[in-house]
Amino acid sequence: MEELFRTVYPVEAADYTSAGQASADIKRKLKQLGVGGDVLRRVAVASYEVELNLVIHSMGGELVLTVYPEAVQLVSSDRGPGIPDLEMAMREGYSTANEEARSLGFGAGMGLPNMKRNADDFSIESELGKGTTITMRFNLPL
Amino acid sequence: MTILDFAGKIEARNLTPEVSLDKAVTCGYCCDLLSWVMAHGDEGMAWVTVQTHMNVIAVAVLAEMACVILPEGIVMEGDSLNKAVEEGMCVLSSPLTAYEICGRMAGMGIPAHN
Repeated sequence: MEELFRTVYPVEAADYTSAGQASADIKRKLKQLGVGGDVLRRVAVASYEVELNLVIHSMGGELVLTVYPEAVQLVSSDRGPGIPDLEMAMREGYSTANEEARSLGFGAGMGLPNMKRNADDFSIESELGKGTTITMRFNLPL
Repeated sequence: MTILDFAGKIEARNLTPEVSLDKAVTCGYCCDLLSWVMAHGDEGMAWVTVQTHMNVIAVAVLAEMACVILPEGIVMEGDSLNKAVEEGMCVLSSPLTAYEICGRMAGMGIPAHN
């Protein structure tokens, strides 16, 4: 598949102040590339959720945005700690967010289900002690 | 209904005078859990929350909301307001409680969903 555009955003753990900057930039870039409407909104929601998950839960990682003629792909990969129970993590309302995150209004346990709902394809792989990789694809209207 | 008309009806003060109040308010919502709001936020939404940190603006902008409303005279810190102005997001502060604001929104005929 031909890559039209690709950019990498490093995301730091527990950096709540700049949280959301990567997703805001992703939305801007996609707009410039002519992506709009429903797809743009879904990518924006999913990218914000995945970025916040990196901030809240990971030891740091990165978000890679790749745009193809027929789809937008978002890949999040982190340096750990990995998710012990994926099935629980995917459940709405289940959260392991800490006090700091909760005091800011995060940790509703909606992040992963929200990503899955918004992406056309969603996959998650996690290994304890290694890290988690989430791949999401959003089909572009032809 | 424009944000300008809406703000008057909830006795709100505009904390972001630099942002245009011409946008239309098309639906209303009240919640303080940001992830929950991400799941249910919508275009043109007037969102009532007591949260005032920077991520509130990020959520409102990403969902393409009309405005954020802080109840009970709560004000937003400077960093968040600067971000709001930069992103063109209107932030209102109303002396009413969240309950009263939502009651008035319903009375104005603003629905829960677009």
